[in-house]
Amino acid sequence: MSGSELQLVGVSKTYPSPGWGRDEVAALTDVSLDVVRGQSLGIVGESGSGKSTLARLLLALEQPSAGRVLFRDEQISGRAERDLRLFRRSVQIVFQDPMSSLDPRMKIHDILAEPLRALGVEVDEAERVRSLLESVELPPSAAKRCAFQFSGGQRQRIAIARALGPSPSVLIADEAVSALDVSVRAQILNLLSSLVTDFDLTLVFISHDMAVIRHLCDAVAVLYRGSIVETGLTSDVFRSPREAYTQELLAAIPRIRAGRGRD
Amino acid sequence: MTLLAGKVDEAQRRSAFRRWRANPSALLGTVIVGVIALTALVSLVWTPYGPLAIDTNHTLSAMSASHWLGTDEYGRDTLSRLMASCKITMYVGGLSVLFATAIGLPLGIWSAWNKGWVSQLILRAADVLYGFPALLAASLFAAAFGASTNTVVLAIGIAYIPVFVRVTRSAALVILNAEYVLAALAYGRRPFAIVRKHVLPGIGSIIVAQMSLLFSIAVLAESGLDYLGLGTAPPNSSWGTMLQSAQNYLSSDALLCLWPSLAIVLCVLGFSLLSEGVSELRDERGGR
Ligand SMILES: Nc1ncnc2c1ncn2[C@@H]1O[C@H](COP(=O)(O)OP(=O)(O)OP(=O)(O)O)[C@@H](O)[C@H]1O
Ligand SMILES: [Mg+2]
Repeated sequence: MSGSELQLVGVSKTYPSPGWGRDEVAALTDVSLDVVRGQSLGIVGESGSGKSTLARLLLALEQPSAGRVLFRDEQISGRAERDLRLFRRSVQIVFQDPMSSLDPRMKIHDILAEPLRALGVEVDEAERVRSLLESVELPPSAAKRCAFQFSGGQRQRIAIARALGPSPSVLIADEAVSALDVSVRAQILNLLSSLVTDFDLTLVFISHDMAVIRHLCDAVAVLYRGSIVETGLTSDVFRSPREAYTQELLAAIPRIRAGRGRD
Repeated sequence: MTLLAGKVDEAQRRSAFRRWRANPSALLGTVIVGVIALTALVSLVWTPYGPLAIDTNHTLSAMSASHWLGTDEYGRDTLSRLMASCKITMYVGGLSVLFATAIGLPLGIWSAWNKGWVSQLILRAADVLYGFPALLAASLFAAAFGASTNTVVLAIGIAYIPVFVRVTRSAALVILNAEYVLAALAYGRRPFAIVRKHVLPGIGSIIVAQMSLLFSIAVLAESGLDYLGLGTAPPNSSWGTMLQSAQNYLSSDALLCLWPSLAIVLCVLGFSLLSEGVSELRDERGGR
């Protein structure tokens, strides 16, 4: 059964400009987007195109300047935090930077248990932590250690495990593999794609890299300077991109691959 | 990852202790501060002589077996007075730093979290207060409430608030910009819980280092204010008042000036070493 998990309806977001002037920075302009249940949606765009802003709006961490954000057809923008409990359990996030996405002073056990405690998920904590670690292919002994003792790829696994804790239906990944080197990146991508199947997740995968999106996503939305310039099934967009900007992004794939080496 | 569970905790704790021991600043600072704190405690129940006990038969006596560090112009035992002064120093330093922390820390965290005009107001107010010297504040308070130890506490405490606001704010901003804070908001943690679980543990060592540093400056400020007669009033002893009365005998009894000066220097050194040690240990751990 497919319907919408998350929707943006005519959403704009402006930030006050850093200086003294009255100008505002428009991060997103009139964006409408439908995150269909069970689908993996890729959001692609260059740096500064508004991808992270979009993620924060989808998570109701920020309020839109105009437009509405819906979760299962109910408006969540502008709602009080106490009305968002179901939403908070259902939509979780994995961030880009493996260094800053885990509190370095916390034991992995606590990092994974925190969402359960905060959301009042009633489970056997130790048991749940163990199964979460297992689902991201880390040994149970990892629970006793601190975040700084892990490599970038391992940290990203832990961040994924943390997001899976409350059994969300939607997982948002904001450049979740961009900071990893190529071999680790492939592992994490494979892990994500098998988790999506195993846990029936709806995935919103944000990236600047078209190649990664093709690997993982059913549909794609192309973001350019705060507006969505093209949406469609990944296969269609890759076969026949309509917009010049999308064509540019696609053309950039081999060049980036060749030029970057290990990244 | 093959380390046995359970042993890990203990190993981490042991290595923390070993790092502490291997850091000269931290070690020496702890020892000096420990000795001063201990002396202050001991002086509450015991000093060789009463710090206020006048003995007109033994005024300005030199170092001897009965008066290890000699006596002052009233025949009061210098060692006893030095010891009793420790407790004034700990009282003024401790209370003024606690006062400044109690007000500066919450304001700093608040202004890091909120970027609105109230934060701006707090920061501007901190700037204004920052330019306002403790000495001037102390003179004003002394004029208004009379010179006393508590006047000094208040003056130094208020003068340090802006430092704490700024230090706390910049340290808290680093934590609040981390992605784990956004993740915590996304799993429903409210700001208060995030401050308790992430921000306070994260800035703890910076705050302790800052408190220790300000303690050392407070010792100097307190001695200076007492010396100027704006603080602890005679006959109660503090290193500053001892120094002030000893200066009359500088040519005949230079040692009388030396002891309180040494005590001040040692105390300042101890707390600034401790502060440096805490910062160094934090850096060693990569800012954790
Ligand atoms: N909190 C903020 N305050 C002011 N401006 C912001 C803020 N967040 C984002 N912006 C601006 O909005 C625009 C979009 O930023 P955003 O971080 O969403 O881009 P992005 O696509 O995620 O970029 P990147 O690939 O570099 O992560 C940028 O111009 C940025 O400067
Ligand atoms: Mg981004």
